[in-house]
Amino acid sequence: MFDNFELMAEALLEGARVTVVVTLASYAIALAIGMLLVVMSVSPAAPARWAANAYTQLFRNIPLLAVLFVMYFGLPSIGIETTSWGVGLVGLGMYTGAFVGETLRSGINSIPLGQAEAARSIGLTFGQSLQTVILPQAVRVVIPPLGSLLIALVKNSALVLAVGVTELTAMSRRLIEDDQSRFDLWGVIIGVTVSYLVIAFVLSYLVRLAERRAAFVR
Amino acid sequence: MVTISGVNKHFGNLHALKDIDLTVDDGEVVVLIGPSGSGKSTLCRTINRLETVDSGSITVNGKPLPAEGRALANLRADVGMVFQHFNLFAHLTVLQNITLGPIKVRRTPKAQAETRARQLLERVGLAEKADAYPSQLSGGQQQRVAIARGLAMDPKLMMFDEPTSALDPEMINEVLDVMQDLAREGMTMVVVTHEMGFARRAANRVVFMADGQIVEVAPPDEFFDDPKTERAQDFLSKVMTH
Repeated sequence: MFDNFELMAEALLEGARVTVVVTLASYAIALAIGMLLVVMSVSPAAPARWAANAYTQLFRNIPLLAVLFVMYFGLPSIGIETTSWGVGLVGLGMYTGAFVGETLRSGINSIPLGQAEAARSIGLTFGQSLQTVILPQAVRVVIPPLGSLLIALVKNSALVLAVGVTELTAMSRRLIEDDQSRFDLWGVIIGVTVSYLVIAFVLSYLVRLAERRAAFVR
Repeated sequence: MVTISGVNKHFGNLHALKDIDLTVDDGEVVVLIGPSGSGKSTLCRTINRLETVDSGSITVNGKPLPAEGRALANLRADVGMVFQHFNLFAHLTVLQNITLGPIKVRRTPKAQAETRARQLLERVGLAEKADAYPSQLSGGQQQRVAIARGLAMDPKLMMFDEPTSALDPEMINEVLDVMQDLAREGMTMVVVTHEMGFARRAANRVVFMADGQIVEVAPPDEFFDDPKTERAQDFLSKVMTH
């Protein structure tokens, strides 16, 4: 079943490496976007709230594949040069950022109003209240759902194969369609499944660790 | 210190504050009492703009309340606020709760802020709790920390919004004692409370509110011994019988 095992393992490892890089890099983009969105969505300035809401509705309601296609084929047509990696990372990041923003917002909403009132009444500005009182508490609440988004992103990252990034799924397809038929179908399927499971388990474990470190006495 | 004139406030159809006029002088202790829903907490919260008003004006220290932004933050830094539910920052230790404002708002060096915080903890009788988290303290202890947190900003005015209403009976006095010391030292205070004993002992003036209006204002002895309005007589007969 595992014909040419070493060759297959090497190829799948390379695909897994790309999947991990794509996942982590686009997650970093998503966290930055989500953070910006949540600050805007709780801001006292109405236009900031509207803009954040518009972004969230747009990116949450368009299929990820459509986002990637629009960026990959649409941007060059208006004179913006793109690369596969650029579209893959930014597209995944912008799409996931909308979900991160909503997750952070629910975290903020879970903090009792009295915390914000106390923060304001000792003279902290809006930004200072968020930074020193609200977000540190909200982050602890949202680590588990942010972890779920990370795992979902591992799987969503397979879609960047559509814009030409050879990550784990694209790599397995290459192995299956190998023109010299060196690899057994089920060997590849088992190999790619195990690879995804290992990535997801390791990331889940790291999320657990983060959760434990952030816990505080309530 | 505080001048409130012609203030009105609605919550939807509820006319929560009706044409309120009130001044609080430097060093004065004003106690707001009245039945639940009479608007006394709302009035208290308008003074540092935790509630906005629909009409009328409020000045603190001669300056009208700023609308938003840094000017409002600066004003709030000078007005200490103690809440019914303490509202200590749950993720910070007692010491960090007290030093956050001085460090972030007043730009006090950390070491200096901590020295001062420890003095304040000593004063409210909680010196040994500096490194505890709020959830590890009793309600009375949390409220005393909240008072210390307010005092750490060297406020010109301290406001107490039903500070003992969420406390077990045996913890009420430890908080009232701290407040009474403050009053004796000349702190300007606005206190919303149901503690009639405290009002009688510590207040310079009692303000009685009902249905969003100020019904009666009098020195405590006069108010409790000889209330002028029927509404106040009725209220006192219900709260003073036991």
